[in-house]
Amino acid sequence: MYDADHNRTENRVGQTDIKISAKDVQVYYGTNHAIKDVSVDIQDKTVTAFIGPSGCGKSTFLRCINRMNDTIDIARMEGLIEIDGENIYDKRVDPVQLRAKVGMVFQKPNPFPKSIYDNVAYGPKIHGLAKNKAELDEIVETALRRGAIWDEVKDRLDAPGTGLSGGQQQRLCIARAVATEPEVLLMDEPCSALDPIATSQVEELIDELKQNYSVVIVTHSMQQAARVSQKTAFFHLGNLVEYDDTEKIFTNPQDSRTESYITGRIG
Amino acid sequence: MTDATAGATPAVDPGRKSKSIITTDDNTRRRNRAEKRFQYYGIAAIGVGVFFLLALTFSILRSGLPAFTETAVSLEINLSQEQFDEAESKLLKTGAYEQLFVQALQQQLNAEGEGDVEVEEDAVGRIMGNVGSEIREFYLANQDQLGEPVTFNVPASSRVDRYLNGGLSRESLAESKFLTPEDLDIVDRLVEAGTLTNVIDWDFITGTDSGVDNPGGAGLGASVIGSFFMMLVVLVLSLPIGVAASIYLEEFAPQNKLTDFIEVNISNLAAVPSIVYGILGLAVFIQFAGLPQSAPLVGGLVLTLMTLPTIIISTRASLKSVPPSIRSAALGVGASKMQSVFHHVLPLAMPGILTGTIIGLAQALGETAPLLLIGMVGYVARGYPDGIVSGLMDPNSAMPAQIYTWAARSDPAFYEKAWGGIIILLVFLLAMNALAIILRRKFERRW
Repeated sequence: MYDADHNRTENRVGQTDIKISAKDVQVYYGTNHAIKDVSVDIQDKTVTAFIGPSGCGKSTFLRCINRMNDTIDIARMEGLIEIDGENIYDKRVDPVQLRAKVGMVFQKPNPFPKSIYDNVAYGPKIHGLAKNKAELDEIVETALRRGAIWDEVKDRLDAPGTGLSGGQQQRLCIARAVATEPEVLLMDEPCSALDPIATSQVEELIDELKQNYSVVIVTHSMQQAARVSQKTAFFHLGNLVEYDDTEKIFTNPQDSRTESYITGRIG
Repeated sequence: MTDATAGATPAVDPGRKSKSIITTDDNTRRRNRAEKRFQYYGIAAIGVGVFFLLALTFSILRSGLPAFTETAVSLEINLSQEQFDEAESKLLKTGAYEQLFVQALQQQLNAEGEGDVEVEEDAVGRIMGNVGSEIREFYLANQDQLGEPVTFNVPASSRVDRYLNGGLSRESLAESKFLTPEDLDIVDRLVEAGTLTNVIDWDFITGTDSGVDNPGGAGLGASVIGSFFMMLVVLVLSLPIGVAASIYLEEFAPQNKLTDFIEVNISNLAAVPSIVYGILGLAVFIQFAGLPQSAPLVGGLVLTLMTLPTIIISTRASLKSVPPSIRSAALGVGASKMQSVFHHVLPLAMPGILTGTIIGLAQALGETAPLLLIGMVGYVARGYPDGIVSGLMDPNSAMPAQIYTWAARSDPAFYEKAWGGIIILLVFLLAMNALAIILRRKFERRW
């Protein structure tokens, strides 16, 4: 794997680093023990898929990585999650700063009810990434190009983002997420509200995004996990059952529960 | 797995008959009848509502519209310097002017070929009220107009007004010293001659209140100003306080017993009778804080207390209706909680907040009970405030308080004024509701 990204020159060529490292993570919703003893190392410049039946905790775990669970009053988290060796639950960490570094794309496309331009420009604006309008324009264009939607919207940047089709909206949301220059991109079932054509466009995009980011994607579709990811983690009832190369998970799973799930016997 | 479930389903009777769907069966017919019946109930309910609305509108307009007109004599008077000096030298100066008015009136009648109408001074005094002092005041203020013809529009007394509107019968005047049945003959002749006519009474809209003995001169203007200052206080205080409280409760406050308790109390406060706020205002703002009685500032403070729960409830409802995905989206790109609220949630909730605020203000505008207790009812608003401080601190009345005061006065002429006041109040309320609708439309258009 060759590193083409200038921002990440410290990466050694041909080697994948550990980007996110979770150790013994527990999450409770009130008295409900939603995540049990999850330890996982997620690599940089890789697409990692979280699969598992509904309610298995994969989304909950994903939301721990950018501390979105902080916004839920009853959620409580124990254990350690490090990004680049820094504990993200350290008292000194401001979740706002963390979320600029760890972008998120949600299940349902949720563009702001503003123009396409403003949707993408909002993040860079609040983080002060652009000194002037010209720089902001450039950031917006780059982000929209990375979101593979530039050609479709370049002539109508003033049009409302909510007026786009579902697939376009989701790619706009991805563009919005990458505009703040994150290092990790979390995607919570990004294609579940999209039709097959839009899905394939977003999947293509995810494949491109892995050149620059560490992408973690939660998905219900095993085919999707097989298509886009290099690593797959199988969650069941709050436990991380198996985590390995995607190819291995789908061809030669070690755990009987993983095998049952991918062959359609449970889920 | 599929084999097992199929085995559990009971087998369909092979001999059953297929039902026709062309003929409706009893069950369906009954259901359709019930649905029809329900629709008729609904239409009947709406009909009752519309009937009462129409009846109300009709009775308000019928009783209130005469308050906007007055019967007046339009007369051209040409007063010379000598006549002015002579009148001023007399002991009864207004009487002298009344005499001049009678002369001029007789001249005009003669000139128009209506000379057979004889106007005598005493009768004119009763019909025209205090016409003498009105003319005198004009010439004292405008002495340069002496020697030039000036057209006066002199209002007749309120009793003449009511007689011409059909609100006063000859029989009721038999013992009256204010107006005699013979005077009414003169009134009738003057009307025939086109001297007495109905004109719009602008003083009713712009003027101040009069004493109990002069219903004709009573106007709502001062209390409109009073209401305006009260609404200003309500808006300035309740909008920021209400919106800040709602945002904190809805977006920031932790869910615990304390916030639940506050929430329940806010809902209860919205249902507290307004007179309770009135007595609270009397105790706290007037007796404890020593603010002046009858002042719009105090009225505004009391109405603020009353409006706050309404504004908080409607603001929270509109904040709640903003989809959570917008908040997640904002947090997801690294916005702080406050940025997500002020940049995204609040703009989307704005139409609802504005509507709730204006509805709350409209409710406060029509509220009378709390004003009873802080002394705004019964206060005769004879003057206008001369500035913002005076507008807030000087005693004044407010529209609903003024209407109540008029309705409570014994002279039936004030009754008509009360109806007229209600029309003006309703016009203001309709305007505010229209504004709420316009604002909502305007803000909603920004997708």
